[in-house]
Amino acid sequence: MTTYYTKSHEWVRLDGEEATVGITAHASEELGELVFVEAKDEGTDVAAGDAAAVVESVKAASDIYAPVTGVLSGFNTKLSDEPTLVGNDPEGEGWIFKMKVSNPDDVISLLTAEQYKSL
Amino acid sequence: MTDSLQRTPLHALNLEFGAKMVPFAGYEMPLQYPAGLMAEHLHTRSKAGLFDVSHMGQIRIAARSGDVRDAALALESLIPADYAGLAKGRQRYGFLTNDAAGILDDLMVANMGDDLFVVVNASCKEQDAALIEAALSDRCVVTRQFDRALMALQGPQAQDAIAPLCPAAADMRFMDVIETELAGVPVTLSRSGYTGEDGYEIGCAAADAETVARALLAQPQVLPIGLGARDSLRLEAGLCLYGNDIDTTTTPIEASLAWAIQKARREGGSREGGYPGAEIVLRQAREGVSRKRVGLMAEGRAPVRAGAKLFADAEGQKEIGLVTSGAFGPTVQAPVAMGYVATDYADKDTALFAELRGKFVPVHVRAMPFVAPGFKR
Repeated sequence: MTTYYTKSHEWVRLDGEEATVGITAHASEELGELVFVEAKDEGTDVAAGDAAAVVESVKAASDIYAPVTGVLSGFNTKLSDEPTLVGNDPEGEGWIFKMKVSNPDDVISLLTAEQYKSL
Repeated sequence: MTDSLQRTPLHALNLEFGAKMVPFAGYEMPLQYPAGLMAEHLHTRSKAGLFDVSHMGQIRIAARSGDVRDAALALESLIPADYAGLAKGRQRYGFLTNDAAGILDDLMVANMGDDLFVVVNASCKEQDAALIEAALSDRCVVTRQFDRALMALQGPQAQDAIAPLCPAAADMRFMDVIETELAGVPVTLSRSGYTGEDGYEIGCAAADAETVARALLAQPQVLPIGLGARDSLRLEAGLCLYGNDIDTTTTPIEASLAWAIQKARREGGSREGGYPGAEIVLRQAREGVSRKRVGLMAEGRAPVRAGAKLFADAEGQKEIGLVTSGAFGPTVQAPVAMGYVATDYADKDTALFAELRGKFVPVHVRAMPFVAPGFKR
């Protein structure tokens, strides 16, 4: 599965119509250790660029944006008790939410790993 | 970073230790070091941390009469604290007030025997110095020492770290201040700080700052700590941040700082009032206030931060206050905050609700500090 990236430091991996979204290792490093992660309720409609989740460090809260348009379909509930999972494995176990995307082709307009790295 | 930002005497050392620098109060300051905010906070609570706080303002006030008591009495015309009664070698918290009893800045004043040693907030230092000069110059010589360095060494192992470099430090009690030498360098040393832990603040000439900092950082207990952890440490300790928790719109009584107005300056005291806004402060102390600063703890893990509105009910119908500082407390391992609430809701354990991203989160009024103080009395 190809992973795509956004300029706002999310990654997204598409499996059919379902996308898994998290924050990049770079973003995680910038934010520092997380103390709280929360996504909007399942079933919430989000447009590309809408805040879909929030991650909080000791000092600040940061919105996590939906990379593409769709409907939220799941939250990584492990993060409720263990928000540090994001920092430990940002692009794996530390995924944040899942969404049903309206148009799977939308991800093609996002950044490739190469493009994100060169930001 | 823009050229207009000033740098502290420890700028090069901060960079050498990998600090992430941010603009703060006109200075380029270390937000955090590679250990990160959480680790720095916990290190300070368990061992010892060294903070560069050279952006803060150091001011000396000497009486033209030569008697330090005259300088203390003069300063009491601006501050509601008892400084004439402050013994030589002792330090005391206070705040400058305006005619409306608003707080212009909070500060520390020490009686050094020959003069007063004052430490003020970075963002207020020019204004504070100008105010003190204007009010006191006929009776006092006011000297700005804004080029000097200031460091804080904080944590339960601070004494172990400093004593090999400065034996006199071990004999000091909380709020003692002495002129001494550290690593062969003359320093103004106080046993105080802004973390709720035991520790010291160390003032020295800019040229000596690196010598002092390197000697302390070479001690096995000590790590450099940034402003990020300084903020979460002071919040857990229940200490006000000027500009957030107190400012010109808050009075000392509203801010629950009546403890910093000693008996001599209160109603019926030997030097009652006599500072800007005294009538208002005295009246509020007598009759009460409509809102008070309180400690707050939220349920769950989501931090309730500055700016969050507080409500009496879970539906957000009855607004009764505002959060002025809030974060996740790394030592408490829970969200901690402080803010102002209507006095009817200020009692300990009162259940309130904070607005957080459109939801209303249960919070309770709690006693501060949120962590047990580690001061050496």
